[in-house]
Amino acid sequence: MTEEPWLDQANNTPLVQIRGVSKKFGDVTAVDNVDLDIYQGELFCLLGGSGCGKTTLLRMLAGFEFPNSGSISIGGQDMSTVPAYERPTNMMFQSYALFPHMSVERNIAFGLQQDRMPKGEIADRVHEILKLVELQDFKKRKPQQLSGGQRQRVALARALVKEPRLLLLDEPLAALDKKLRKQTQFELANIQEQVGVTFIVVTHDQEEAMTLSTRMAVMDAGRFQQIGTPTEIYEFPQSRFVADFIGSANILQGRVTEDSADHVRVDTELGEIYIDHGQQVSTGSQIWVGLRPEKITVSKSAPETPGPNQCKGVVDDIGYLGEVSIYKIRLDSGTIIDATAPNRIRPMSRTHAITWEDEVYLSWEPSSPMLLNT
Amino acid sequence: MTDIAPSGSRPQRSPLDRLSHWFQTNWRKIVIAVPFFWLLLFFLAPFFIVAKISLAELRISSPPFTEMIEWTGDGVMTIRLVFDNFIFIMEDSLYVNTYLNSLKISVTSTLICLLFGYPIAYGIVRSGPVAKPVLLFLVILPFWTSFLLRVYAWMGLLSDQGTINNLLIYIGLIDEPIRMLYTEFAVYIGIVYTYLPFMILPLYANMERLDMSLNEAAADLGSKPMNTFFRVTLPLTIPGIVAGSLLVFIPATGEYVIPDLLGGGNVQMIGRVLFNEFSLNTDWPVACAVAVVLLFLLVLPIILFQYFQGKAAEAP
Repeated sequence: MTEEPWLDQANNTPLVQIRGVSKKFGDVTAVDNVDLDIYQGELFCLLGGSGCGKTTLLRMLAGFEFPNSGSISIGGQDMSTVPAYERPTNMMFQSYALFPHMSVERNIAFGLQQDRMPKGEIADRVHEILKLVELQDFKKRKPQQLSGGQRQRVALARALVKEPRLLLLDEPLAALDKKLRKQTQFELANIQEQVGVTFIVVTHDQEEAMTLSTRMAVMDAGRFQQIGTPTEIYEFPQSRFVADFIGSANILQGRVTEDSADHVRVDTELGEIYIDHGQQVSTGSQIWVGLRPEKITVSKSAPETPGPNQCKGVVDDIGYLGEVSIYKIRLDSGTIIDATAPNRIRPMSRTHAITWEDEVYLSWEPSSPMLLNT
Repeated sequence: MTDIAPSGSRPQRSPLDRLSHWFQTNWRKIVIAVPFFWLLLFFLAPFFIVAKISLAELRISSPPFTEMIEWTGDGVMTIRLVFDNFIFIMEDSLYVNTYLNSLKISVTSTLICLLFGYPIAYGIVRSGPVAKPVLLFLVILPFWTSFLLRVYAWMGLLSDQGTINNLLIYIGLIDEPIRMLYTEFAVYIGIVYTYLPFMILPLYANMERLDMSLNEAAADLGSKPMNTFFRVTLPLTIPGIVAGSLLVFIPATGEYVIPDLLGGGNVQMIGRVLFNEFSLNTDWPVACAVAVVLLFLLVLPIILFQYFQGKAAEAP
C-alpha cells in the first residue's frame, strides 16, 4: 500500500465510499449532498465548527442515523439497511458512554461477548488491549473511579478491542485538559499506527486535526469546503472560509492587474502583490488574497529596493506569547495587518527591538500570497 | 471561622453577635433538628402509644383498655404487659390468612404496576420535548381529584349495572352482566389504578438520568436491542424499580378504602380487619396489635429500600 492511496485511485479501492449523502432533521439540513472516499489505514479528520454536520456524518457511518438520500458503503458493502449492531465499525463516544455498572474489564469484554467469542480468548484480548492503553492495574475499577484520561483510554480500548475495519472517534480528546490533550494526540496517532485500523475523527480543534490526520475535510453548513492533507489545507486553501478557519490569515480584496503563465500581479491595499507562480485567474477580476501572519517579515529598516510585496505601517499592538510575538500593524488606510515573528534572540536589555508606535516595514516572499476565489 | 485566640484576649461581644455566632457554628444541627423533632413528635410518639395499647387488655371503660402502669396504695408500681393480643392474632387463622392475602394482593399489584409502569416511564423519557411535559402532567393529573371520589367512580364503572357492563351488553358481547364489583379483580383494578403513578414517577426520575448514548454504545459493540435492554438498561434502572415497587407495595399492603369499597366483604385485607376491630368491635388492644404486626411486616421492605438507596447514592 502506498503512503498516499488517495493519489492512486486506479489501484486502491476506498474502504469507505460516501456518495451524495444528505441528512435532514425537520427543516434543518445537517449534511448536504456530500461525497467522500476514505482509504484503508487513513486517519481522517472531519473538522468544523459546532452544527456543521460532522457528527451527523459520523453517526451515519456508525448506523445511528440513516441518510435521507445518497449511499454509504463500507468495505464494498452497502450500509443503507445495516443496523448499527451489524456494522464493521466501532465508535468512541464524546461522552465515552462507558457502562457505569461494569468494571473496566467487563466494559471492554462487552463487545467481544456479543460475538460469542470463547471466554479464554476474550480474556486474552482484553489483557492485550489493556496493556496497549496501559490500564492493566485498573481493570477491576468502575468507570467513575477513574480519572478523565483513564476513562478516555478505556473508551478507546473498548472500541478497538473488536478490531473494527473502521474506528469512529467523536471529539476523542475534547474532555481532557489542554496538557493531557496534547500528549494524548500523539499517543492516539501512535496507537493508530500500531493497530493499523482506519480512523475517522470528528473534531472542532484545528490543531488536533493538523497533528493527527493523514487527510482532513473542513466542513461548514453540511458541506465539505475542502479535503486534503494538513499541508494542502493550510498552505493551499481554496476559499476565504478555509483560509480563515485554519490558522489565521490576513484577507484582502484585490484586482488582478497581470495574469501570465508564471506569475500574477494583484493590486491591493498592501500595494502591489507579486505572485511567482501561475494561477487560474483572469486579468481585471476581483479576487481575495490571503497572507499568513508568520510569512510576513517585520523590520524597522526600509527594504533596499522598492518594489512589490512590501508596505509600511505603525505597530498598533503587540501580543507577546513568549516563543512568538503577534504584531498588529496599522496601515495608512487604517487596516490592521497581523504578523507573527519568532523571538529567536533573547532580549538581554529586557526590552524588545520593536515596540508600540514604531514605524515598521512589512515584506513577504512572492510565493506566500494565496489567491482565494470565493 | 474558629476562634483560636486564647479566651483571655477575646474581645467582648454583644449578645446579638454571640447569637449569630452560635447559629453560624450550629446551623447544620439546627437544620437536622427540625425534621428530627417532627418525626419524633408525630411518628415515633404515636407509634409508642399504639405499641403500648397493643400490650394492654380490653376493658369496658373509656378508653377501652387497661393501663400499663398502675400504682397500688403502698407505693408499688405494677407494669402489666399483656401479650395475649399477639398470641391471639398468631393463632387465629383469620388474621394469619388476612395478612397473607394482603401480602399476596400487594405483591401482585406491585408486579402489575411494574409491568405497566416500566414501559410507560420509558416511553415518557424517550418522548419528544413537547409531549414529555404533557405526558408527565397526565400521570400526575389523577391526584387533583379526591382519591375517594375516584374509587367511587370505579364502583360506577364496575358494578353490575355499571358503564362497562351496560356497554358490553349494548354491543352484544354478553347477555348477563359480568360480576366485577366486590371481587378481587376490582381490588386489583383499584390498587393498580391508584398506585401506578407512584411506580411511574421514581422510574421516570431514574430513567431520565440514564445516558441514552449507552444504548448506542451497546448497539455499536454488536448488541441487539433486546440484549441491550437486559444487559444495560435494566441493571441501571434497578434503583428506580426498587423505589417504585416499595412506594406501591408498602401502602398497598395496608390499604383500607379500596378493598372496602371495591372488594366489599369478599376480599379480606388487613386494613379492613384493623378498621373493624377498632370501630365495630371497639377492641383497641387487638387493633393495635394488628397494626404493630403490620408495621413489622413493612419495616423489612423499608430497610431494604434504605439499603438500595444508600447503594445508589454510593455510585453516582
